Amino acid sequence: MGNTADIAETAAPAEPASSDNPFAARGLGQRRRERAVALVLRLAAYAILGCGLYIFVDIIAKGAPVVFKASPPFVNTSFFTKSPETLMTFETDDGAFHKMDFADYTRFKNENPGRAIVEEHSHAYSGGGILGPLVGTALLTLICIVVAFCIGLTTSIYLNEYSSKGRFMDAIRLAIMNLAGVPSVVFGLFGLGLFCLVAPVITKTPQEGALFTLPILFTDHFLSFQGWGTCMLAGGFTLAVMILPVIITACEESLKAIPAGFREASLALGATKWQTIAKSVLPYAFPGMLTASVLGITRVAGETAPIMFTAALSHKDKLPWDLAIDPNLGALEKVEAGIGGFLSQSVQAMPYHIYTVAARIPQSEYTKPMQYGSVLVFLLLVMGFAGLSVFLRIHYRKKLKW
Amino acid sequence: MKPMMSEPEPQQTLSPIRKGGDPSTPPPEVVIEVDGVHFHYVKGRDILRGVSMEIRKGEVTAFIGPSGCGKTTLLRCFNRMNDLIPTAGISKGQIRILGTDIHHPKVDAIELRKHVGMVFQKYNPFPKSIYENVAYGLRIQGVRDRTKLDEAVEESLRSAGLWEEVKDRLDASGLGLSGGQQQRLCIARTIAVRPKIILMDEPCSALDPISTATVEELITRLKKEFTIVIVTHNMQQATRVSDRTAFFYLGELIEMDKTTTIFNNPAKRQTEDYISGRFG
Repeated sequence: MGNTADIAETAAPAEPASSDNPFAARGLGQRRRERAVALVLRLAAYAILGCGLYIFVDIIAKGAPVVFKASPPFVNTSFFTKSPETLMTFETDDGAFHKMDFADYTRFKNENPGRAIVEEHSHAYSGGGILGPLVGTALLTLICIVVAFCIGLTTSIYLNEYSSKGRFMDAIRLAIMNLAGVPSVVFGLFGLGLFCLVAPVITKTPQEGALFTLPILFTDHFLSFQGWGTCMLAGGFTLAVMILPVIITACEESLKAIPAGFREASLALGATKWQTIAKSVLPYAFPGMLTASVLGITRVAGETAPIMFTAALSHKDKLPWDLAIDPNLGALEKVEAGIGGFLSQSVQAMPYHIYTVAARIPQSEYTKPMQYGSVLVFLLLVMGFAGLSVFLRIHYRKKLKW
Repeated sequence: MKPMMSEPEPQQTLSPIRKGGDPSTPPPEVVIEVDGVHFHYVKGRDILRGVSMEIRKGEVTAFIGPSGCGKTTLLRCFNRMNDLIPTAGISKGQIRILGTDIHHPKVDAIELRKHVGMVFQKYNPFPKSIYENVAYGLRIQGVRDRTKLDEAVEESLRSAGLWEEVKDRLDASGLGLSGGQQQRLCIARTIAVRPKIILMDEPCSALDPISTATVEELITRLKKEFTIVIVTHNMQQATRVSDRTAFFYLGELIEMDKTTTIFNNPAKRQTEDYISGRFG
């Protein structure tokens, strides 16, 4: 730096006289306008940064004390091992202030029958932890990703590799684009109408209100269009339909990124179309599809409206695997009842839980920790998924190059 | 067209419209007959206009001509790669390979391509190991026997003059080779299927002069076993490797003759203008 300055000083070119300077700025106006435009653009960009920072800082500042603690294991384990409960606050006659979950409160009252309790308040859903919603969201997204990936993968292969151009294909693409633009609450109603109320089930005892029933030949079962009811299966399917446009587009992009040379070379060696796709296209497109889909599920994991009518409960005592199965059933029937019973349960879910604690219960200073704790965990979860997808992409990019 | 896997070698089981020329003059043996072919990518706009030619067994035939003259299009007709373009098709004429009309409804393009291999302009090995690249064609035909595969891979790599260079790293990625090696790997991959005809679409245009020389030498060696059709923009290359040369211009075959004749004593004015560099 010093050197160049020295040179500049010694070389010091004569400042051109303003009269014979052909490159002189044309007045101040032009420069000022340029600067003003640059400033406006810069401020807009900074505003975005500000919003992002505010959200993070606010949530972390208020949520971290709930989720983490200063002593080992540094994580508030009960927040992750308990399901939401009612929080009780009260004072006893000796003037002491107590705050405890409802179960502990009942025990406290039984153990201290003589004590008078005053200033008693209950705060719904503000005690306990978020185990139920976490488990529910995990199950919903799992069902969603399996269903959406299977349908999305096959659709994208058909669209990109098999279909020829035409009106019908235009209609399909239009449908996909429209699907992407439908508000999430509409998906909720769609899921309620289709999956909860009319989707077919195989059963021995069809319900009265079923749309119609078909006997399955050679068995004593019926195919009954009676709907799955409000359950995690219906919720997962609804979320899957909602995320389909994203998955299809992502899968198609991955397929398009495979060089045409692979396909041509394979076909020229006498491979059939499907052999070509299975051996020379899909293996190289698959990682891209997977990472894009993982990124896609972070979006549906946060949706409230589609699961509100189809799967979610604000309160549920039992976890999904606490199933009561009739012990008199045979082994096969037990499995059948287990899987059916498991999938046809309603679940708690993170977004719906957050909605509940943030908007459906009377607010007080005691509801805040649950709100911010849940939101922080949820935020970390989504960020974790996004990070995973980025990691996978980098990992596979390094591995697959052509 | 529906693949018909049940008919493994259509050209032997059927020869539907064999138009015999003069049966009394069999030699030289013709493997590809092109008979007044009109070809279009979009209906109504013919890219090839009435091309007729014969390609003889055991020879290297070069297609030359300015860009857009239809030489690659004709080449891709021979293994029906143009089937991939939905609107493309032959509007008039016929192509017979080994005596069979290749567009006959009973001919399966998949089976045809096992007999008519292709090497592309841009070398395009699969992102698999060298071994798997060469074994690809056999694997899709259902060959599982490891010793058979090993033999075929070694033989093909030897034929392609690549064996000595890669025998110690057959499991390494095919993409780690140099450009010329990758192209020879693609040739090895093609000959592993034992086709009767190999089509080469400007196989050296992406290669440096030394790799080009290696590939050209390889082509000269391969013609003992295979009939080769090569599209090239490089006229020196045509003189070096080919026995016969066809000159195309604006979708028509202007002239086809022995390479020496084409380059030393062309019959047509357009041919002379092109090879002497007056246009194109």
